[in-house]
Amino acid sequence: MKREIPMIIAGTVGVVLIIQYFIPAEPFGTLNDVFSDWFSIIQASAIWLGALNLIKVAGDKIYRRHKDWPYAAIIIASFLVMVIIGFFFSGGRRFLDPGTPFSQLYDYVYSPLTAMMFALLAFFVASASYRAFRARTREATVLLLAAFLVMLGRVPLGDMLTGWLPKWLHMSEIASWIMNIPNIAGQRAIMIGIALGTVSTSLRLILGIERSYLGGE
Amino acid sequence: MAEQKEVGFWNSLMRIDRRIIFLFIFVAISVPMFLQINLKIPTSPEVESLVATLDKLPDGARVLVSLDYDPGSEPELQPMAETFFGYALRRKFKVIVIGLWPQGPIQAERAKPIAERQVGRQFEYGIDYVNLGYQAGNELVIQRMGSSIPQTFPVDYFGKPVADFPMMQGVTNFSNIDYVFNLSAGYPGTVEWVLFAVDRFNIVLGAGNTAVQAPQVYPYLGKQLKGILGGMKGGAEFEILTGLPGRAVKYMTGQTFAHTIIVLFIIMANIAYFTTRKKEQGGLS
Repeated sequence: MKREIPMIIAGTVGVVLIIQYFIPAEPFGTLNDVFSDWFSIIQASAIWLGALNLIKVAGDKIYRRHKDWPYAAIIIASFLVMVIIGFFFSGGRRFLDPGTPFSQLYDYVYSPLTAMMFALLAFFVASASYRAFRARTREATVLLLAAFLVMLGRVPLGDMLTGWLPKWLHMSEIASWIMNIPNIAGQRAIMIGIALGTVSTSLRLILGIERSYLGGE
Repeated sequence: MAEQKEVGFWNSLMRIDRRIIFLFIFVAISVPMFLQINLKIPTSPEVESLVATLDKLPDGARVLVSLDYDPGSEPELQPMAETFFGYALRRKFKVIVIGLWPQGPIQAERAKPIAERQVGRQFEYGIDYVNLGYQAGNELVIQRMGSSIPQTFPVDYFGKPVADFPMMQGVTNFSNIDYVFNLSAGYPGTVEWVLFAVDRFNIVLGAGNTAVQAPQVYPYLGKQLKGILGGMKGGAEFEILTGLPGRAVKYMTGQTFAHTIIVLFIIMANIAYFTTRKKEQGGLS
């Protein structure tokens, strides 16, 4: 029963959600709302499970004196600081209001740190482009040319360089063509492949053929 | 001997220390922040289409803004949020903010005062602006909003009952929303809004995306997506077309310099690559 009950729940919810998409009449509309609410509740609970798991994994690292244990200590300390300040020192329910200690931590610590992590990408992308974009093969040359044209076409410099040419040869026009024609063709091919894979996996889950999500064997 | 020296030079150029590249990029991005350079930014059909759709909305239209990103994508997406709020203020739109990412509604609260300062007018909370906050559930939140927005978000971001706000009177589901604007940095985001709200509930959707994500949403452009703001360039075009020049226009100078540096490095690397390969092949024969 440990496996059968979750399979029945998954199958029933899957079938109802598919039917309600095509037949939004009752009782499928109400069932859809109920199942959507359940999903939100389960996902909200999963956030807490995730937080507890984070503490467990980081705590284990500290306990075992893993080589990266100082980072684990920083993770737990940061987590506790945000939770304690949010819960007890930021006006209770109004902890999100501008000017509260929680809000200040978000604005002056969390926000710059995450923005900095993303900003580092610019440096790594530049370094990786220098090493990777080489016309070694025909395919690499096509990729290189596309990247070259889009990179220049996405900034005003591209049009400044090609401004004297007919409009369809302006760098921004060429970049726009690459994004709208070859890019869309490739993306659609990938999307159709993903959609077919999703449909087949979903059917396997609903019909109980795919059971790996239940854990165990 | 001279030829060996020349090959050595090109070889060392191919193996240039990455810290040198980092330094060039740092200078290219940071120096323009202190310069006043006005670059002519051409507008693209994707952004023109988004602004044209917005222009067609009546004054006082009810718009839903979903901010699905975190501060990591702030440099690209936050200027778009500021400009959209500025435009909404000018057109007296009724703005309903939500977030499929927990940080989205916080980003809205940070963008709002900047837009208010730029336009010189303030949103009246509950009358022409309300922040419904974050709701867990990803795309199922969108699906749930299709049947009932007040049931999906019973209280706002600050914990007040949504039913108490005058602007929320008469709002039941997507049929009461004139336009949806989504700013997205990944999952859940624009793709989910297209699949679950446009295709199912026929909403009118415009989106702003990070430059990395934009190519993935281009296939929806046209019938399903009425315009895309792709990356910093899209944000800058949006600012120009709405007449609200802000941070994206300013940052475009840095982006131009950075792209130029990267392109020059790529050209240099390829020259070095072909020169060494030619010389090595010459040596072998």
